[in-house]
Amino acid sequence: MVTIVKPENLVYSRPQAFTEFPTHYCPGCTHGVAHRLIAEVLDEMALTERTIGVAPVGCSVFAYNYFDCDFVEAAHGRAPAMATGIKRVLPERIVFTYQGDGDLASIGMAEIMHAAARGENITVVFINNAIYGMTGGQMAPTTLPGMKTTSSPLGRDVETQGFPIRMSEILANMDGAGYIVRRSLHDPKNIRMAKKAIRIAFETQVRGLGFSMVELLSTCPTNWGISPLESLTWVEEHMVPAYPLGDYKVAAGVAGIKA
Amino acid sequence: MPRELLKGNVAMAEAAIRAGLEAYFGYPITPQTEILEHFSKRLPELGRAFVQAESEVAAINMIYGAACTGARVMGSSSSPGVSLMMEGLSYIAGTEIPTVLINVMRGGPGLGNIAPSQGDYFQAVYGGGHGDYPRIVLAPSTVQEAIDLTVLSFDLAEKYRTVVILIADGSIGQMMEPAELPEMRPVNRVDWPWATNGAIGRERRILSSIYIDPNEEEITNLRLFERWKEIQKNEVRYKEYYCDDADFVVVGFGTAGRVALSSVRAARQQGIKVGLLRPVSLSPFPYQVLDELSKRVQAFLVVEMNMGQMLNDVLMATKGRVPVEFHGRPGGVVPFPDEILAEIQRVATTKLSVAPDPRHAWYDRMLAMTK
Repeated sequence: MVTIVKPENLVYSRPQAFTEFPTHYCPGCTHGVAHRLIAEVLDEMALTERTIGVAPVGCSVFAYNYFDCDFVEAAHGRAPAMATGIKRVLPERIVFTYQGDGDLASIGMAEIMHAAARGENITVVFINNAIYGMTGGQMAPTTLPGMKTTSSPLGRDVETQGFPIRMSEILANMDGAGYIVRRSLHDPKNIRMAKKAIRIAFETQVRGLGFSMVELLSTCPTNWGISPLESLTWVEEHMVPAYPLGDYKVAAGVAGIKA
Repeated sequence: MPRELLKGNVAMAEAAIRAGLEAYFGYPITPQTEILEHFSKRLPELGRAFVQAESEVAAINMIYGAACTGARVMGSSSSPGVSLMMEGLSYIAGTEIPTVLINVMRGGPGLGNIAPSQGDYFQAVYGGGHGDYPRIVLAPSTVQEAIDLTVLSFDLAEKYRTVVILIADGSIGQMMEPAELPEMRPVNRVDWPWATNGAIGRERRILSSIYIDPNEEEITNLRLFERWKEIQKNEVRYKEYYCDDADFVVVGFGTAGRVALSSVRAARQQGIKVGLLRPVSLSPFPYQVLDELSKRVQAFLVVEMNMGQMLNDVLMATKGRVPVEFHGRPGGVVPFPDEILAEIQRVATTKLSVAPDPRHAWYDRMLAMTK
């Protein structure tokens, strides 16, 4: 390995929890940011060896290529069920799912709700970019009213296509949930807050305090049809008002965790 | 172990525990619910995992996750619930991990009823989930056999990294009869070279059914077939009764085979040289024994609690050499020994011909009986 800088000057490097596998994500997509935050937290908490990830179906279907821990690949929406199976036979392992909005809030609605209701001691990272990315930009359960997608070409008409679903608000009502928060990845300040939340979510699991989920407002420049920079602004101007950032459930035991 | 009066569902559940089952995930559905209930009491008291899932869809995916760790894990359901599990079963097969699934079959299609049926033969043996995947299918006809096959299922599933489906029916699940449970085996978690159980001190592992490169998926399908050839070679199981000198052979599995055995014995008392072939492994199917029998018997009578599903395999095995007659009771109806005896008498005394689809003549006979 070539040493480019003196160790004391090194301010940025690939997290140990990452493999060297190049990601397949589109330019400007925030999946890479979300992945990196998880990898940094796994490094900081020294969890990688005992962690088992559950990849979803969606753009992050190949997430298992990028993390240097054991990984399984779930059927669409079933990651929380699969994670339940793993965690119940390996309670000492750290189990997390990484799911998009179609996976978690549409086809996998039953699995996520009941995993939370059971207080399954797993961590969920939920990427909400208001669209189906992998299949090419169809309407998601989180698509905003009026938002154009390939399956709502005139804009989401709430009269016929229903309303967006706010998962953090819903899951916060589950007694089994220990930590439910929504963060955004649209600027450095929010990215830092997102990382803290991911850290607390994993701490929640390590301490056995129940189900934890961090919802991350994310971009999809390719399917939104705007530039990466415009996408970040779009999150701030349109997604944040529809999906308010904040802590929706912080159980008593979780409240004291410092990150 | 002493013989006890055991209910089929409870016996299968307890047998699985004694075979080292570590986790069960299920959903209530008649007529298999006693399996779930037994596990709900026994597994927690043994410190093993039990979850009543929100649906059969979730249950099979919990099974999928637990199986990926290398733990001995199983599921159970009845026909409509098994249909819901087919998505997960295909993923499990595509991931090449061992899993045992019990289907206590009931009358269908649709919601159907809760009476014993064999209507899911096609689903278990041929169909079910999407894609090409072989699987082992076993069919017990007594509570004792249900116990023994449950224990065997885990060994086969692990040996071949495959799905093993045990198809019982409502009567096997619900009946009580004397049977002997195996000794309690300790849980033996094997650190399989494929298990995703935490990459401590080793390279990470990935378990997935994705092969995005079609050539790799083709190779995977071929690898599954290689394994299937081994299964076909080693794991054909069946029971023959009175077949040595038989002129006629009844073929039936599970409860239909059990009822037919009574009829065969009654026919023997009347001097009819009839035997019974009861396939125990429906997949791999005992083609060879039927092929051999078809060279020396005069006719076969296939008895099933469905519209003639295993019948196709018997027709394939016997290659049109001799007539194959069919008698079926679909929809949750169990045939009486007397009606099968009457069919044996008819087969033994009538001049039969080889028909392309024996269901037609059977249907006409059924229709005539109801008039």
